[in-house]
Amino acid sequence: MKQESLLSVMNLRTRFHIYEGMVTAVDGINLDVYRGETLGVVGESGCGKSVTALSILRLLASPPAEIQGTILFGGVNLLDLNLDEIRRIRGNAISMIFQEPMTSLNPVLTIGEQISEAIRLHQGVARQEAWSKAVEMLQMVQIPSPEMRVHEYPHQLSGGMRQRAMIAMALSCHPRLLLADEPTTALDVTIQAQIVDLMERLKEEFETSIVLITHNLGLIAEMAKRVLVMYVGKVVEEAPVEDLFQEPLHPYTQGLLESIPWIGKKLKTGRRQLQEIPGMVPSLLEMPEGCRFHPRCSRAMNICSKEEPPLVQKDGRRVLCWLWA
Amino acid sequence: MTETIQPQAWRNQRSADSQFKRNWAKLRRNKAALFGGILILIYLITALLAPVIFPGSPSAPNLSRSLERPSFANPLGTDELGRSILGRVIYGSRVSLLIAIGVVFVGLLVGVPLGLVSGYYGGKVDFGIQRITDTLLAFPGFLLALGLVSVLGVGLKNTIISVGISMVPIYIRLVRGCTLSVREQTYVEAARAVGTRDRTILLRHILPNVMIPITIQTSLGMGMGILSAAALGFLGLGVQPPTPEWGAMLGSGRAYLFHAPHVATFPGIAIFLAVLGFNLAGDGLRDVLDPRFRL
Amino acid sequence: MLQYVVKRLLSTIPVLLGISLLLFFMLRMLPGDPAQVMAGQMASPEDIKLIRHQLGLDRPIIVQYGLFLSRLARFDLGRSARTQSPVIREVWARLPNTMLLAVAAITLACLFGIPAGIIAAVRPYTWMDYLFTSMALFGISMPVFWLGLMLVVIFSLVLQWLPAGGTGNWKHIILPSFTLAAFVVAFITRMTRASMIEALSQDYTTTARSKGLKERVVIVKHALKNALIPIITVVGLQFGALLGGAVLTETVFAWPGIGRLIVDSILARDYPVIQGTILIFGLLYILVNLMVDIIYAFIDPRIRYD
Repeated sequence: MKQESLLSVMNLRTRFHIYEGMVTAVDGINLDVYRGETLGVVGESGCGKSVTALSILRLLASPPAEIQGTILFGGVNLLDLNLDEIRRIRGNAISMIFQEPMTSLNPVLTIGEQISEAIRLHQGVARQEAWSKAVEMLQMVQIPSPEMRVHEYPHQLSGGMRQRAMIAMALSCHPRLLLADEPTTALDVTIQAQIVDLMERLKEEFETSIVLITHNLGLIAEMAKRVLVMYVGKVVEEAPVEDLFQEPLHPYTQGLLESIPWIGKKLKTGRRQLQEIPGMVPSLLEMPEGCRFHPRCSRAMNICSKEEPPLVQKDGRRVLCWLWA
Repeated sequence: MTETIQPQAWRNQRSADSQFKRNWAKLRRNKAALFGGILILIYLITALLAPVIFPGSPSAPNLSRSLERPSFANPLGTDELGRSILGRVIYGSRVSLLIAIGVVFVGLLVGVPLGLVSGYYGGKVDFGIQRITDTLLAFPGFLLALGLVSVLGVGLKNTIISVGISMVPIYIRLVRGCTLSVREQTYVEAARAVGTRDRTILLRHILPNVMIPITIQTSLGMGMGILSAAALGFLGLGVQPPTPEWGAMLGSGRAYLFHAPHVATFPGIAIFLAVLGFNLAGDGLRDVLDPRFRL
Repeated sequence: MLQYVVKRLLSTIPVLLGISLLLFFMLRMLPGDPAQVMAGQMASPEDIKLIRHQLGLDRPIIVQYGLFLSRLARFDLGRSARTQSPVIREVWARLPNTMLLAVAAITLACLFGIPAGIIAAVRPYTWMDYLFTSMALFGISMPVFWLGLMLVVIFSLVLQWLPAGGTGNWKHIILPSFTLAAFVVAFITRMTRASMIEALSQDYTTTARSKGLKERVVIVKHALKNALIPIITVVGLQFGALLGGAVLTETVFAWPGIGRLIVDSILARDYPVIQGTILIFGLLYILVNLMVDIIYAFIDPRIRYD
């Protein structure tokens, strides 16, 4: 059970200096990713999940951003490395793919160039060889006629193909960990399914672990083995995926699951309206006292408004809630 | 452009007020813009209070004191006709202020309606106006003004008209572009669907949103106008002597450059500071009101 | 690509026609008899009659315009009212001088301006950024002619290093080209900075960094290539401003170019030459813009393949 983790994030705190003050986007979270698994990170916009990924690869500009904590990867604390050392890891041992393939790919460089430059950099091979490896990668992500496509520019590809190209780019150096930030959100539903299949297959083939960041619970159910639920910078629940869906512990998770519409729901539950979590996500500048979720929580108790809840361990799961303390 | 401006804000008076206050606070923080504002203020005060600051006629010749170096009696020296350069520079501020306002006035008067009409109605009207604008823009601004001066003649009035007309195409383009994007907004469509008259739509919905880029351009345009007019003056094709215009002073001072460089130096500094003020203020306004609207 | 170039070429035709119309009507808007205006003050009655016939002033206006266009096509711009030599010859003799000055100025401006803008963008809000941005601001606010005069005072009068005007050897081009470049470099610096900041904040820059590329590569290969598009627009536009500035610079430094020609002819009311130089300026500017558009297509593949 206690296997060694590939990536171990401990007490990560990422803050930003802005004019109005200091905002804490990620407030002391812990997460572990094990070999060959997909870890899902789910939460609403603004909960800090993207910032977490960017913090791991240190892609946040460090004057406004301030990152504290420990990020252990291969026995090294990534936060202790200097920029040159971290660059050797980026695209190499740890890769990232982003939400919007149109804007995330450079419009004035060919696909082939964008894939092969990472290969040339990290694997020290010559241009020709890197180029043919790029073609191989395009083949692996099932882009038809890769020898032609490799000379094309991003705007000449469709949305789904661009995302495949991004995946090819990220996996070109066989990273051990892939950070996927909303990889399917910008795509059509049918294309989403294809990308999910592709990612599963490649994960097996390359033995890459994936941190899947999304607000789409369906995607989590499909792909993830364990799930982290984040709310306003904190991890409020962590569980294996089946346990999370069958028995959500945190009221926020419960709210999220209940708000999913499914066909036949009206008939079965008699509800005429969609369920929602009342209230709004608080601004990072005006955080509620005590538990951050308590103003919207139907089961809030007195103590919830006064003190921050502890992290409770329960049967291999974790919850940040007074209800379970 | 309109992603950052919230057009509806102008409809809601309360949020428009607080928006104004927020913008004002932001502007005050921008030190460069503040400095520009101070320069403009000094310039305005000098122009308005010229007779108070420098009593006496700035254009009366006094040949016995021709081309004197800066001294206590004449802090900036005298020119070739013995007139105090300080006095001429001070009175010159009146002339250039008049030019700055006049030039922008012409540009706005002609450019804004044409731009609105061109952007809103489209079609043949737009095509026609755009082709004229293209032709006018085929010449760099100053050359256009120069060409117009060759037709209209020299003097203060013609300078204002020529430089003003050279600004018109810029305003047309600006207003047209903004009008085009506002026209596509849903609330304009809604207003049309309810039967609102075109004129009302133009005045009530489109014009307020166009005000922001217009304001920025006007501040920058005043600076450009002063430069162009001074350039015409320098060439002898602008404001004519004895009226003290900074560019013309530079032009006539040029002949004495090697003996009495101060004659040409100080009016130039005046032009520089005035234009700098407008540019700083314009940049500051742009940073506050619409940071995406870069050069 | 060829399609694009042809399209661009065709789009210059309406503007060319517009310019010709502008010139055509300008002559007729001047006070007095157009033939007299064209002939100048020293013309004899026979000369005026000849010109009246050439212009076709007694025929319908369409015919006049047609005659005008046909003369333009043959590069017949009339004769200078002052010197009686063909306008085209006067212009042609001086055009290379202005082009030399303009090219020198724009080269200088790009050599200083683009790197300055890149540095300012990569290290924003540092002393380097403030230095370059202030210098740019000063450059835009300074009158070109004043700067020229001040440079003459410093370098010719006080230091006596450089000549104050005229042509001759390479020394003569330094002050005029620096003066002319000063205004343009300001715009180029500001545009480069703004454009680079924009490019560096784009998603593809984050992607490039996430691949572990060195920062230098990210800046030059990924950001700059995208940033060049608006920069080149500005360089093209500034060429036009340069032509305007050339008028002033040539006057200050007694540089024998078409800028000085236009000023002298306006002062002397030599209308045929005025008309000719305005036409040449317009043509040059259109040509430069055309070249800018073509360069775009080389840099931005989206334009090429659309």
